[in-house]
This record gives sequence, structure tokens and C-alpha cells, in this order.
Amino acid sequence: MNFNDNLPIYIQIMNLLTKRIILGELKGGEKLPSVRELSTELKVNPNTIQRSYQELEREGIVFTQRGMGTFVSEDRAVLNELKQNRASNIIMHFIQDMNSLGFGKDEIIELIKDMAKEAK
Amino acid sequence: MANIAEIKGLTKLYNRKKALNNVTLDLESGKIYGMLGPNGSGKTSLIKILSGILRESSGEVLIDGHKPGVHTKSVVAYLPDRNFLYKWMSIQDAVNLFKDFYGDFDEYRAYELLDFMKLDRNMKTTELSKGMMEKLNLTLILSRKAKLYILDEPIAGVDPVARDQILNAIINNYDGESTMLITTHLVRDMENIFDDVIFLKDGEVRLIGNAESLRAEKEKSIDEIYKQIFGE
Repeated sequence: MNFNDNLPIYIQIMNLLTKRIILGELKGGEKLPSVRELSTELKVNPNTIQRSYQELEREGIVFTQRGMGTFVSEDRAVLNELKQNRASNIIMHFIQDMNSLGFGKDEIIELIKDMAKEAK
Repeated sequence: MANIAEIKGLTKLYNRKKALNNVTLDLESGKIYGMLGPNGSGKTSLIKILSGILRESSGEVLIDGHKPGVHTKSVVAYLPDRNFLYKWMSIQDAVNLFKDFYGDFDEYRAYELLDFMKLDRNMKTTELSKGMMEKLNLTLILSRKAKLYILDEPIAGVDPVARDQILNAIINNYDGESTMLITTHLVRDMENIFDDVIFLKDGEVRLIGNAESLRAEKEKSIDEIYKQIFGE
């Protein structure tokens, strides 16, 4: 994995895992790799991985079962919210990019409508 | 958390030249430290004092509560930046030597690591490539059950596959209790395995801190911070 330079690694690992969850590569109730496995896979300090897991747990995205490991939440509301957040993020970036090209709000909406029609 | 090493006001002079100037720092148990700095910044002098090879000119060094000496050598495992094995040896001879020499050497672990590194114990050290030699040296060091591991340039001059094997061996060996102090010039390749980083410049500690906090605070990778400090 290539890490982005200006973000702490634990946040990038949280993003990587939430992405895997959103894409369904990691399903609700599925066990996450152990800290050591992910640590070896990504060549990252185990304490950093541990921190990512703790933060994800704090956000309710995963839960830990003592002696068993860490699992993806089965709460649909949580997973839907993740999806929504991700979608908002993508759209916000898109709007910013379009604004910098000089397109206003209404123009953007028109363009999207046209594109959507063509895509059908 | 307890400190495995405490360094206070450490100065090392070679004739008039100051290799280390009033260095003060603690190494906590259970952390992986990256010690970073260009050639001549004092890294090797500090490491050699910690491993009991050199004596300080002034200041104090305590490892596991003791001054460097017989006791500290039994709890410090030091990987020098060059091969330390004799030419006549086979890998098996090297394992036997370590078994005789260090009470904390775990022979079973050594064989496990040799397999992991894909090294055949019947090979002679003269038959080994640079990368294989580095892997063998590291295997022997990591097979000790030490409290402080000091690794001087563990991935210098090895190919990417060997580099990954070495990184994995370091990560897998890490048990959360012992401490590792690692020097490297290949900051980008290694920075993700450090808990804390120590930047040494002209024999002084220029910056020290948690790697993740530094990334967050400066919005830069450790590699970029390195270039900023030493490119000045």
C-alpha cells in the first residue's frame, strides 16, 4: 500500500478498512485480519494498526470480542451512514473541482442530468 | 511505561571533535525507535556506547538500570552495520556460536527465522550474497530474547524482496515488551514501523517525538521532515 504523505498512518488505515467495508470486501460480522497480520501485510508498526482498530471501534464501525478478534459491525444503520459519508465526500470534492473550472451550482446540476440521460 | 535506557547529558569526544554533545533521552520499553541522521551525526557513536563498545566522555548512560558493562551486554542485542561472522563458518556454525555465547539465544527461533528468510543452514558464509548475509546477521540478533535490540542500518544495500523479509522479521519479532532502536538512511522504506523518531544532527538531538503526532502536526511524512531538517 502506498501511503499518502500528509496524513497520520492510522487514519489512512482506517480509510482503507472503511473502504473495504463499503465495497463489501469486508462484510457485516466478518472478522478483520489480526493486528499482526495486517501489520505484516502493510509493513506498519503493530501499535499503529491497533490504534486504527481502536478508533474504528470508537466510531462503532467494528467491535472486539475478547480473545476472538475484531469484527465488522452488523448494524446496517452504521454501514449505511458510512456509505452516505463516503458519497458526500465524493460529491463535495466533485463540486469543488467543478467550481474551480468555473461551473456554478445550476450548471453542474444541468450537466449531471444530461450525462445521466446519455448514460441510460 | 518503564524506561529500558536513560541517557543524560551524554558527550563523546574524539580528541577535540565532539561526536555527541550533551544528548539526553529516554528509551521506553515496548517501543520501536527510528534514529535518523546523516553520516557523522553521531548515530553510531551513540549506538556503540549503548552496546558497551565505546565509553562516554561525560554524562551518564543507564540500561536496565545499569551502566554499560557485563549486565547490559546480556540484555542488549546489537546488529552492527557490517558482517560480524568469520569466513570459515557455515550458517550452522554461526548458530552454534551464538548458542554458546548468549544465554538468551533461542535456537528453535533461529531455525524458524532461517526458514522464513529462506536460508539453508548448511551454507558457508562465503557463499552468501550481501542480502543473505544481512538476513543471517539479523536472524542471529533477533533470536536472542533481549530487552533492547539495536539495529544499525538493517536494510542497507539489500534488494526489495530481502528488504520486505527483513521488515517482516522485525515486525514479527516485536513483542510489545522489548525495545528496538533502529538507524536507517532509507527513511521512506522504514518510517511506518517506528513508534517514535529521533533526529540527530551534529551530535545533538534536533527533534524527537511520536511519528504519528509529527505527521499530523507537520502534515508531512517522516521522510519529508528528515529532508527539511537536514537539507537546511
